[in-house]
Amino acid sequence: MFIQQALNSLQLGSIYALIALGYTMVYGVLRLINFAHGDVFMVGSYAALFLAVSLHCPLLIILPLTFIAIGALGVVIERLAYRPLRNAPRVSAVITALAVGLFLETIMLATVGPEPKKFPALIITTVYSFGSFTTTNLQIMIITVSIVLMMAVDLFVAKTRTGMAMRALSWDKTYAPLLGINVDRIVSVTFALGAGLASIAGIFVGLAYPVIDPYMGIMVGWKAFVSAVIGGIGSIKGAVIGGFLLGAVEILSAAFLPSTFKDMIVFGLLLIILLFKPQGFFGLPVQKKV
Amino acid sequence: MDRKYIGPLLFAAGMASTLCCDFLHALDPYVAQIIMYIGINIIMTASLNLVNGYMGEFSVGHAAFMAVGAYVASFFSVSILPHGPWSAVFFPLCLLAGGAAAALVGFLIAVPAFKARDDYLAIITLALIMITKSVFENLPWFGGPQGYSGIQKYTNLSWVFVCATATVVVVRNLVNSNFGRGIIAVRDDEVAANLVSVNTKYVKVLAFVVSAFFAGVGGGLFAHLIQFINPRTFSIIKSTDFLLMLYLGGSGTLAGPILGAAIWTILLELLRFLGIWRFVVAPVALIILMIYRPLGIMGGKEIKWFRPHPPFPSPPGEGERIKQ
Repeated sequence: MFIQQALNSLQLGSIYALIALGYTMVYGVLRLINFAHGDVFMVGSYAALFLAVSLHCPLLIILPLTFIAIGALGVVIERLAYRPLRNAPRVSAVITALAVGLFLETIMLATVGPEPKKFPALIITTVYSFGSFTTTNLQIMIITVSIVLMMAVDLFVAKTRTGMAMRALSWDKTYAPLLGINVDRIVSVTFALGAGLASIAGIFVGLAYPVIDPYMGIMVGWKAFVSAVIGGIGSIKGAVIGGFLLGAVEILSAAFLPSTFKDMIVFGLLLIILLFKPQGFFGLPVQKKV
Repeated sequence: MDRKYIGPLLFAAGMASTLCCDFLHALDPYVAQIIMYIGINIIMTASLNLVNGYMGEFSVGHAAFMAVGAYVASFFSVSILPHGPWSAVFFPLCLLAGGAAAALVGFLIAVPAFKARDDYLAIITLALIMITKSVFENLPWFGGPQGYSGIQKYTNLSWVFVCATATVVVVRNLVNSNFGRGIIAVRDDEVAANLVSVNTKYVKVLAFVVSAFFAGVGGGLFAHLIQFINPRTFSIIKSTDFLLMLYLGGSGTLAGPILGAAIWTILLELLRFLGIWRFVVAPVALIILMIYRPLGIMGGKEIKWFRPHPPFPSPPGEGERIKQ
């Protein structure tokens, strides 16, 4: 029973964590909460559906293709909607992000229709039973691929020159460009990476809970945002841990209480955490100066 | 004519025309419906403006206050107050009850807002929306997830007009009072405001309570207009609508929310012939507006009529204390 719930939590948590990474990286570099991110995740799910149903691609091709396509979408969104506002008041950028999200939702609604679509099973599911708990190859794949991706992102940010530039930019956006860092390029890379990770999460949601609809990005997106904040927004480690924590809380509260209480528990817990750790677990406390 | 008569005269004219429309049915019901929606949206946006515009916080929880107001007002009108041919006279009581309940919730949410700002406050108010929705889904006497029906249609143009005017006037007088300048000081720099002895905690509580009160009244009007509410009506999408209207018009001004609410509501109605595509066009228009006019239509300026005239006098010594 306990291991079963732990596995389910890991599966849900890795999806939240993949999306939360996009929130936290964009926030780190631009100090922008990209509220359209949940909808980018939804578009990723639909792109995978299109590749699978219309072009009959196998999963091994869908994963990288969707990553690239949605990564490009992220870059385009940044280029058209956010870049003109980079020096505008923060709240204009936030409203633009909300509008971009609304745009993505409604364009999906207008083109594919509001009715939920069934996501095809791309791999043949095998169930493994180990006495008290069961798992599937799908579940194992989701958890493994997610964890590998998260470690790859962490390595990318910690070891490569681009990652170093990202860290420099999030440390100080006035002086980083003076040291020869191409800000536009780094921001594009950040958006591409974040959107790509979200699209992978979109595929996983399609595979694990096989119905997708144009509004699915809203709730999942907000919850991923909550994960990023619990972990301390701007921190990669924090986003991953926040995602897993949120997944665990959600699965456990659904296991022991009626499902209508799920959101109440998740957000109540969030309030309590923020009361005691207002910067999240790994966020740096901001010193305010006059 | 002396400027101080213009406001009351305009109010009397508006009151007379809305009463005419209500009792003589002079207006096409569809047009009346749209105007009432605009009025309710003005109430919601103007009250949101107090927290998001003047106090500079980023609250996304306005739909929660609306939900509390809608549910409590409907509960009063359906279950507590007597029914009969004259039961509509108790409608203001229902609205006040809804507003008071929402104000109480606003007070509760102001406490965590002492410490948290920006993104963290956004999260707290987001949590408020989710928790409110969850509570109303789980309380049996509010109809649960199926929603609350049997609400009479008490909302008419006159009530919407009175409440919208009250909201705008209260917000105007509040932010132009000595105390209200404390609200603006919190937006400009909270630490500095504290140093010049603005009681920032008190200021935040008051702003949240006033804002939530009017949102509750707006919710009550809304419930008695559409006559059926359910918890999903007041989701985060509803809050997003008000945020869009506020920043479209321009936050931190009085004319901004009014313009934003009116333009957004009318625009969506005018684009109705586009079918579902109007919801695609509207956000694109908003993005383009934000790029070329990041502060919204009003751009931080104020229409002359909305400035109090003459400026409210400060008691001696008081002005020095608040001014930075």
